[in-house]
Amino acid sequence: MGELAPDNWHLVAGGWWPTASPTALSLTSGPLYTQDSMIDSALIPPGLEAEALGALASAADEAAIEAWRVQWLGRQDGRLTALLRSVKEQPVESRAAFGAAANELKRKLESALADRNEAIRKEALRELSTSAALDVTLPGRPQAIGRLHPVTQTMRDIVKAFEEMGFRVAEGPEVEWDRYNFDAARIPEDHPARDMWDTIWVNTLIDGKRSMLLRTHTTPNQIRVMERTPEPPIRVIVPGKCYRQEATDATHEWMLTQIEALAVGEGVRMSDLKGVLYGMARKLFGNDRKIIFHHSYFPFVEPGVEMAMDCFICRGSGSDCRTCHGTGWIEILGAGMVHPEIIDKAGYDSSKHTGFALGIGVERVALLRWGIEDIRHFYQNDLRFLAQF
Amino acid sequence: MKLSLNWLRDYVDVDLPVPELARLLIDATAEVESWETIGAGWDPERIRVAEVVAIAPHPDADRLRLATVETGAGRQQVVCGAPNLEVGQKVAFATEGAELIDGHTGKPSKLKLRPIRGVESAGMVLSEKELGLSDAHEGILVLPATAKVGRPLVEELGDVVFDISTWANRADLLGVLGFGRELSAITGAALREPARDHRESETKAADMVSVTIEDPDLCLRFTASVIEDVTVGPSPAWMQERLLRLGMRPINNVVDITNYVMLETGQPLHAFDYDQVRDKRIVARRAKPGERLTTLDGIDRELDPEMLVICDGGGPVGIGGIMGGGKSEVSEKTKTVLLEVANFKRGSIRRSSGILKLRTEASLRFEKGIGPAMAEYAQHRALHLFEQLSGGRVTKGLVDIYPGETPRGTILVTAARIEQVLGIAIPANDVRRILTGLGYGVQDVPPATFSVQPPGWRPDLEIPDDVIEDLGRIYGYDKLPTTMLEGRLPDPEPNPLRDLRERVRDLAVGLGFQEIITYTLTELPKLARAVDPSDALRLAPLGVVNPVASQYAYLRTSMRPALLETYAANRRHQDGPLRLFEIGFEYLPVEADLPHERTVLCALIGGTREARWSGTAGERLDFFDAKGAVEAVFDALGVREAYSATSHFGLLEGHTADVVAGKEHVGVVAQVHPDLAASFEIDEPVFLVELWLEEMVRVLPERPEYAAPSRFPEVRQDIALLLDAATPAARVLEVVRSHRSGGVRLSGDIFDEYRGEGIPEGQKSLAVRLRYQAEDRTLTDADVAKVQAGLLKRLGNEAGATLRGG
Ligand SMILES: [Zn+2]
Repeated sequence: MGELAPDNWHLVAGGWWPTASPTALSLTSGPLYTQDSMIDSALIPPGLEAEALGALASAADEAAIEAWRVQWLGRQDGRLTALLRSVKEQPVESRAAFGAAANELKRKLESALADRNEAIRKEALRELSTSAALDVTLPGRPQAIGRLHPVTQTMRDIVKAFEEMGFRVAEGPEVEWDRYNFDAARIPEDHPARDMWDTIWVNTLIDGKRSMLLRTHTTPNQIRVMERTPEPPIRVIVPGKCYRQEATDATHEWMLTQIEALAVGEGVRMSDLKGVLYGMARKLFGNDRKIIFHHSYFPFVEPGVEMAMDCFICRGSGSDCRTCHGTGWIEILGAGMVHPEIIDKAGYDSSKHTGFALGIGVERVALLRWGIEDIRHFYQNDLRFLAQF
Repeated sequence: MKLSLNWLRDYVDVDLPVPELARLLIDATAEVESWETIGAGWDPERIRVAEVVAIAPHPDADRLRLATVETGAGRQQVVCGAPNLEVGQKVAFATEGAELIDGHTGKPSKLKLRPIRGVESAGMVLSEKELGLSDAHEGILVLPATAKVGRPLVEELGDVVFDISTWANRADLLGVLGFGRELSAITGAALREPARDHRESETKAADMVSVTIEDPDLCLRFTASVIEDVTVGPSPAWMQERLLRLGMRPINNVVDITNYVMLETGQPLHAFDYDQVRDKRIVARRAKPGERLTTLDGIDRELDPEMLVICDGGGPVGIGGIMGGGKSEVSEKTKTVLLEVANFKRGSIRRSSGILKLRTEASLRFEKGIGPAMAEYAQHRALHLFEQLSGGRVTKGLVDIYPGETPRGTILVTAARIEQVLGIAIPANDVRRILTGLGYGVQDVPPATFSVQPPGWRPDLEIPDDVIEDLGRIYGYDKLPTTMLEGRLPDPEPNPLRDLRERVRDLAVGLGFQEIITYTLTELPKLARAVDPSDALRLAPLGVVNPVASQYAYLRTSMRPALLETYAANRRHQDGPLRLFEIGFEYLPVEADLPHERTVLCALIGGTREARWSGTAGERLDFFDAKGAVEAVFDALGVREAYSATSHFGLLEGHTADVVAGKEHVGVVAQVHPDLAASFEIDEPVFLVELWLEEMVRVLPERPEYAAPSRFPEVRQDIALLLDAATPAARVLEVVRSHRSGGVRLSGDIFDEYRGEGIPEGQKSLAVRLRYQAEDRTLTDADVAKVQAGLLKRLGNEAGATLRGG
């Protein structure tokens, strides 16, 4: 038991209640000690009522009250029970009166007992609220609470936003063939676009070639999804870890988490890409968000764009805003219309089927939404950091 | 890429404020990272252009001179110590109060005039350092002769230099002219192309040099021209200034012209000293095995047979598109220049420069793909400048070997495709305006089709959608409507493992565990500490060739090291309970295939329980806390699991349990062996849970087993059993839970284990809470007694247990 609960308290469902203690009692309810003219003192031994009520008044705790109850009202040997039994011994003519008087006395004692109990309960309650009142500003008893990693939380929020727009999740391997990571994404060897993805290569030679790598983006899984989907439509998001051969600093990590989305089908337009991104931005950063597209280049899309969102911190008004660097806009992600060559290679007809693709850095979104200054916090797993989200 | 606004203005009028200009370029063309304003601090009143009109010696000091300058508002006399001061020079002239950089301290200061060695000075002729342009303080800054006397220097020399990231497919944007073309298309302002006219002498270039391309797959075009009677010397101030501003060092007029034209057009050029070219013969061919060349940077390099070399009659003189050789370099003595402007296959240039580990201004441009048409363009531009700036005579004609010539491609773009891709119809007039502005040839092919010829400097344009991108970005993506995807939804693809993983993640968090995410790459010694030495698979992890650091060289085959490390790291600054978990992959090698990425939950707990108000302050979390968490997970999943004592490497024997569900071994719960914990610098009991989600998913019920709650009361009964100390409690529970009798279901939990006083040696007492429940009636004492009797009999037979005190 803790230090606020005195030893003589016991746990009753719902809270701490005191048992009666002599020092804690004072009798405050109405007079228990009365002469009632209804009782015929000629029939009932005089002073019996006064004796009973007097004894009850001096019974100071639960045990004494219980003993009093047994002594007076006990079914077996209670004095009043005996008195009632003795009605048979009374002369016939006074039996009825004697019975009525004894019953009246029993009712009186029962009522006095109930009052006495109620008085004690009230007193105990009063005490709970006064001398036993808690310092409610003391801290609560610590409970174990776990939290999701902020990257998981952000990932889930993004996934949820896309799922609500009809996208489903498909996952693929982190260790990939270079063919899926690069060639199938129109990034051939000797193409300068490869500079955009510094690669960590796996040390296995298969047929004399080093062809396994840690995927640099989740794009290879878009290719896999198309490969196993004989016919559009496709609406899929491909989340997961990616890796870059990169020096780390406050904005760069070599292990990162990406979510890419892919929609392919008849009538998929760039304006739909805008609509989907608009929906996502509003779900993640608030309903009043605006988005814009800039021209960009990724080998697997044509046209390629970068999406920026108006700054949700300064709303475009802060020249010294740390989040948007005073530009009013925050670059969020790259996107574009899937290159027709990729559509055709998947076995679809690029003159009929169009598609869009986009890729979001989950850590970047997490950095932005919580104003975290250094991406390296995420994978250092310091609980002083993680416990804040 | 650096872009000078003044230089850009040679080609197109730009009157926009700088941030707006940057915004236009970002939206439509390339990523403007930042910009620097040159001359932002130059007071237009106090710092102006002046001309030196007379120089006289200082009466009192040998190293000082008295210069008379024309300021545009009268002549002034100044004292000047610069050795390079000459009559006729245009100079930057500051008057009293001008904000300058102090030439000696390097700090900003206000100009205060005072007599120097007794002679009054009306102002100061400034050095580059004093203007904050560079650290040069030896002499004064000499302005171009065209500078206008009296004009504020900021108007004459001020500039904005943008730092821009361009795209990997746009070599044309590695030239200032490329941005001129873009801005002309964006703003509609007319484009002024650089002058390319020049005279030609009677001598034919083709008579002076021959060019052969032996490997046309690597060299698509080679043009050569010859300029005679060149006077090598410094290039003019304006050219030097522009080169410097874009980060190149001026060398001499010949080299500077080649660099200038490259920065202007994006097309690299190379100048040879014609007299050093052996046999007056140029051959472009693959390098021969073992061939070597000392490049301009003085490094002797071994050439690879897949590299294209430029040779003269005597052998290699340059690596095509990457760097020239030292032998034929232009020097002060050069009289005749052979100018090479060629086009090379981009992939080959990139591969070669990768092998040589040599990235140059030229290779960076060639690898992005330059239109072969630009070779001729750059030749004439350079020849124009040679005529103007070197005094040379341009010989007649170009030697132009062009095996890679292809007819100018035509792309058909339909209005329907534009709308299909962008989701908006672009009016035909806008299509013609935008494409013409970007340099396309455009013809209407009714109905609603455009036949377009991409400009020669844009080899990135191959298919209709490439053209549509040009239309979209110049027309403005802001004009796209915001629409929602339409049409049929694709079929779902169930992924029970992912669903389970996310449920388990939520359960772990609900049970008080903090999720962590650790690096998936590790190092061998760490793995070796945690992995069973007989586990050959896990001890032969996949390595990576180029790890970011040596401690991240192998793909982890166990998550335990990372969890233990994280536990230890957090223990250093945190008392009390630690409950950590991660759900991730073990990367298990598979012969000649991608590794098996095995989904595992790994969790650790340890430390003292949450204390403060509880009566259990200081009590340690233990095995049963870990196991309780596992039980809660399986309970929530509706899986009935069982535990059995076992031993595993790295886990403390007697404190280790396998977790089995159905036929699957689904995980382990254990105290980490203190030796293993200590090797990760953990000196307290720490408990491990590993759940193998791929195995778990196989025993996962599709839905919970449901039974309606009984309308009849259940009877509870606590009994104490006496049994052999070695008999696992699980055996008692198995008997209780499997017992059925006369439609009465029985369930039971063990709520205490006791050994010691009152219990015979070698035995233990288990306190079991039994619950009896019938589906169809309220149980009587007789019912319960009957079931209990049967149960006790079985417990005796199957677990050797007797009722204590019974
Ligand atoms: Zn802002």
